[in-house]
Order: sequence, then structure tokens, then C-alpha cells
Amino acid sequence: MFDFLVRRAAISVVTLFVISMVVFTGVRMIPGDPARVMAGTDADAAGIEAIREKYGLGDPIPIQYLRWIGLALRGDLGHSIRTRESVVNTVATKLPITMELAFLSLLIAVGIAIPAGVLAAVRRNTVWDMLASGASLSGVSIPNFWLGIMLILFFSVQLGWLPASGFVPIWESPLDNLRRMIMPAFVLGTALAAVLMRQTRNSMIEVMSADYIRTAYSKGLASRVVVFRHAIRNSLIPVVTILGLQMGALMSGAVVTEQIFVVPGFGRLIVESVFTRDYPLVQGVVLITASSYVLINLLVDLSYSLLNPRIRIGGMPRES
Amino acid sequence: MSPSTTATPAVLAQTLSAEPDRLARAWRQARRRPASVVGAVIVLLFVVAAIAAPWIAGADPMQTDWKLIRKAPSLAHPFGTDDLGRDTFARVVWGSRISMQAGVFSILLAIAVGVPLGLVAGFYRGAIDQAIMRLTDAWLAFPFLILAIGLVTIMGPSLTNATIAIGLGATPTYIRLTRGLVLSTAAEDYVQGARALGAGDLRLMSRHVLPNIVSSLMVQATISIPIAIIAEAVLSFLGLGVQPPAPSWGTMLNTAQQFLDTAPWMAWWPGLAIFSLALSFNLAGDGLRDLLDPRDY
Repeated sequence: MFDFLVRRAAISVVTLFVISMVVFTGVRMIPGDPARVMAGTDADAAGIEAIREKYGLGDPIPIQYLRWIGLALRGDLGHSIRTRESVVNTVATKLPITMELAFLSLLIAVGIAIPAGVLAAVRRNTVWDMLASGASLSGVSIPNFWLGIMLILFFSVQLGWLPASGFVPIWESPLDNLRRMIMPAFVLGTALAAVLMRQTRNSMIEVMSADYIRTAYSKGLASRVVVFRHAIRNSLIPVVTILGLQMGALMSGAVVTEQIFVVPGFGRLIVESVFTRDYPLVQGVVLITASSYVLINLLVDLSYSLLNPRIRIGGMPRES
Repeated sequence: MSPSTTATPAVLAQTLSAEPDRLARAWRQARRRPASVVGAVIVLLFVVAAIAAPWIAGADPMQTDWKLIRKAPSLAHPFGTDDLGRDTFARVVWGSRISMQAGVFSILLAIAVGVPLGLVAGFYRGAIDQAIMRLTDAWLAFPFLILAIGLVTIMGPSLTNATIAIGLGATPTYIRLTRGLVLSTAAEDYVQGARALGAGDLRLMSRHVLPNIVSSLMVQATISIPIAIIAEAVLSFLGLGVQPPAPSWGTMLNTAQQFLDTAPWMAWWPGLAIFSLALSFNLAGDGLRDLLDPRDY
């Protein structure tokens, strides 16, 4: 068990290291001169040179990388070119908004997917199963930005029930906050629900055919008891793993939905930083995104091994 | 992979074989899944639309007309016209060409890069496996869309670059899938047998391992192509893919967003096109999966 923990954690450290190098070199490869962008439009050649000197932008890339990673490890990701605010602070103000969005959409996704997936598995090959599978397939096929536009068209333009865009902090007015978050959360939630439902259904079917379920039935337990007390809990283990892997998809989804509903969150920050060539900000937000993905999946793997002893004994979870 | 996967090459061979009773079996399979057949037919229709766009569109997708700005759908313009008086139907038809191109070529690229890497990693194990897999882990840590946005920013926005970016974004999935399949296939007795008979590494990989994982790769492709099609639309929507005035479904939706209250039809059709194409691919892919992988789900 301890070996597994150490090995898994070591792999994550290596991955994080590779990520930091990829992010750094990637940002260097964006066309344009960071010194020129930092100096502003009306700077002369001497001004640009001064900036280049000040930030060490003329140094060899490996030197620049070491300087950056050294500061990053101490929690300093530099300052945004555009706002002069520190990258860490900028992220700290934007991230809670996206986390609220992600939390709401997770709530919606789990609320739809798990009951639907269980129902589809238990009433397999019936109309319910077909409806649930059809809905799931539609959910992965619908482009989330189009779904967002259609929701705006219907609920904001036609019916006028919900504001089409904007953001109100939750501590100012929880109701107004929710009125603006419900559509983006729904858009983000449906894509997730589609994937989760499919996974729930498949693993539920697998669990329902296990011997211990047959034993439970043959003991004379009501099928409600078998499903709710015996089957669901075990069938949710792989669903938790999928949830961890879906964090990336959730982040991609947040980029698009925040763009459409003009939610000033982390996803919008990524797009803005790329569009405005705000190099330190791009570097920082992408590093944070990728690192949190690695850490979340490390946690998922570890909790998975706690839930399922077979993985501990076998060593690494099989990658396939 | 479960033991049942080893049966797939046989099933694939059956379905592809021209023998009449095998054909009949394939037909019976198809009839049992009408939704997949409908999906396959719609995908084919989009392929036809993409190839024959100049003849089907009926109007020039770029031709602006100031007298026809934002006209609702009518007989002359079944999908209405856009903010520059261009025929939306013609633009949707031409858009299928861009979407198909981006969807198919990006996944071909992902396969071309990912499968060899996965083969090598799974076949040789050891240090090279470790190196490839750590790289893949890092690669996977970047959310698909963020990776694609980053790559397009580096390379500059265009259809080709968007296709490359999407392809590279989809590559790690193929590395992992191939490696996993190779690990289980390489341990099979017949591969060991061939090795004992003196077959070299290249021959083992190309003749004994690869053919047995092709069906799983095909199934994965039917899952990734609709994702790639949507990704192209998203990139174009964000202004990072196909540049206006070229008729991409994503750019059309970007424009449509500004006219939701006066010309909602501008937003209906391109979105419906993406949705129905992606859904059809997924339906067809479901059928293919059942056909190639007899596990009962």
C-alpha cells in the first residue's frame, strides 16, 4: 500500500515537472515579443530594451525557466501585464466563480445522471433504458455553446425570464446570482450528465449480474432493497474515477460557457489572457489548470485504492 | 481488456468477408439496431453534402446581398439569410465540408501520431514506455480545449492549424488506448508463438499485434470524430479556427449570437447541423461497437 502511494505520488511529481516545462516553452512559442507587449504601444526601442533587461527576457530560455519555476514553487507566478495585479491574486478572485459554476453543474449532472443511469440499468432494454440512452447520446452530441445560445434565445429573448449574461456575486444577492448561474450550470451539467449516466448504467449492469446480488435476491430481499442497499454503492466506484477524469472536460466546458454567458470566471480569464497576449497570466493559469488536474486525479486514484483493495494488491491501476 | 476483446478480429473478419451468409448476418445485425443505421445514413448524407456542396447548395455561400439582410426562412431561402444577406442554407451545406475535413483529418492525425507511440510503449516496455507515458500524462493534464486554444495561438488561426491542434489534443487518448491493447495482445499465445518461430519485432507489431487492435481503434475513432467536429466549431466560434467569410458552422454561430432577437434562425441551422452530425456519428459508432465488440452492454 505504502509502495503504491509513493510510486503514484512520484509519477505525479514527474508529470508536474514535464507540464511546467511544456507550459513555459509553449508560452515562449506564442508569436510576438513579450517585452514589446509589456512596454505598451507608445514605447520606443530603448524603452522595450529596458523592459527586456529588467525582466531578463533576453536570457537563454533554460535560465528563464529556472528563474520562473523557482518563484512558482514559492507561490509567485509573476504579475499580469495588463492589470499589473499578481497572477495568484487574479486567479484567486476568478476561481471561486468557476468553482461555484462547476459545483452547480456537478449537482445538476449527478442529480440527473445517477437516477437515470440506475433506472436504465434496472429496467434494462425497456422504454426507460432507450430514453435514458438516447438522452445521454444527445447530451454528448450537442455542442454546449449552441445549447447555451438556444437557452438564451428561449429563456431570455423569447420568454424574458432569465438574464442572458452577467454576474452578481453570491454574497451580494444569492437569488440574482442563481438566476444568472442557472443557465451556464445547466449547459455545463448536461454534458457531464451524459457521460456520467452512461458510466452509471454500465457499472450498475455489471454489478447487478454479480453473485452477491443474486444471493441478495435469493435471500428474498425486495428488489428495491437490493438495488438501493447492495448494488448502487458498489456501482458508483468507477463513476467517481470518471468524475476525476471529467475535470478536464469541465474546465474546457467552462471556457466556452463563461464566454457565452459572460461569466467573469477562470475559463474566461484563460481566453482573455491568450487573446491579449498576457504572457505571465497565460503561463500561470495554464500551469494551475494542468497541475490541479494532475492533483485531482492523484486524489481520485488514491481514494479509489482505498475503496477497492484489489488495486492495492495488484500495484498500479492498469492504464488502458 | 476483458477476454472477449480477443474475439473481435474474428468478428471483424466475418463482417468484412464477402461470403453471402456473413453478409446476411451483418444485415440481421443492422436490422436489430435501426438507430445506428439511421445514424450511418445521415453521416453519409453529410459526406455527400460535403463533396457535392457546389451542386447542392444552390446559391453562392459568399454572395452578399444588401436587399436580403436577415430575411426569415422562405421558399427561396429555406434557412433564411444572414446579416450580410447570404443564403444560410448554402452556408450550412458548405460548412459540412469544413466540419468533415476538420473532424476526419484531425483524428487521422491523432491516429498517425498516437498509435505508433502506443505500439512502441506497449511493446518494448521499460524506459521508453516510462518516457512516453509520462509525456502522455502531462499531455492529458491539459484540458482538450485549452490545449487546442494554446496550439492555435502559437500557430495562428486557420482551418489547417485548428485541425492540427485538435488532432494533437486527441493524440494522448490513442497512445493510451493502443498501449493498453498492445499490453494485453502481446501476451497472447499466438504472439508468443510467432516470436518463438523467429518473427522480428517489426513483423510481430505489424502482422500480429496491430491487426488485432484495429477494431478497437475504429470504435474509438467513431467516438472522437464527433468530439473533433464540435471542437472545430468551438474554435471557430471563439475566432481561432476558420476565418470569416468562409462558411464554418462555428463562425456562423458566432455571428448569429449578435442577432438572437431579430434573426434567431441564424442560430438554429448551424447548431442543428453540428448536433445532428455529431449525434449520427455517435449512433453509427454505437452500432459499430456492438458489431465489433460482442460484450453485452
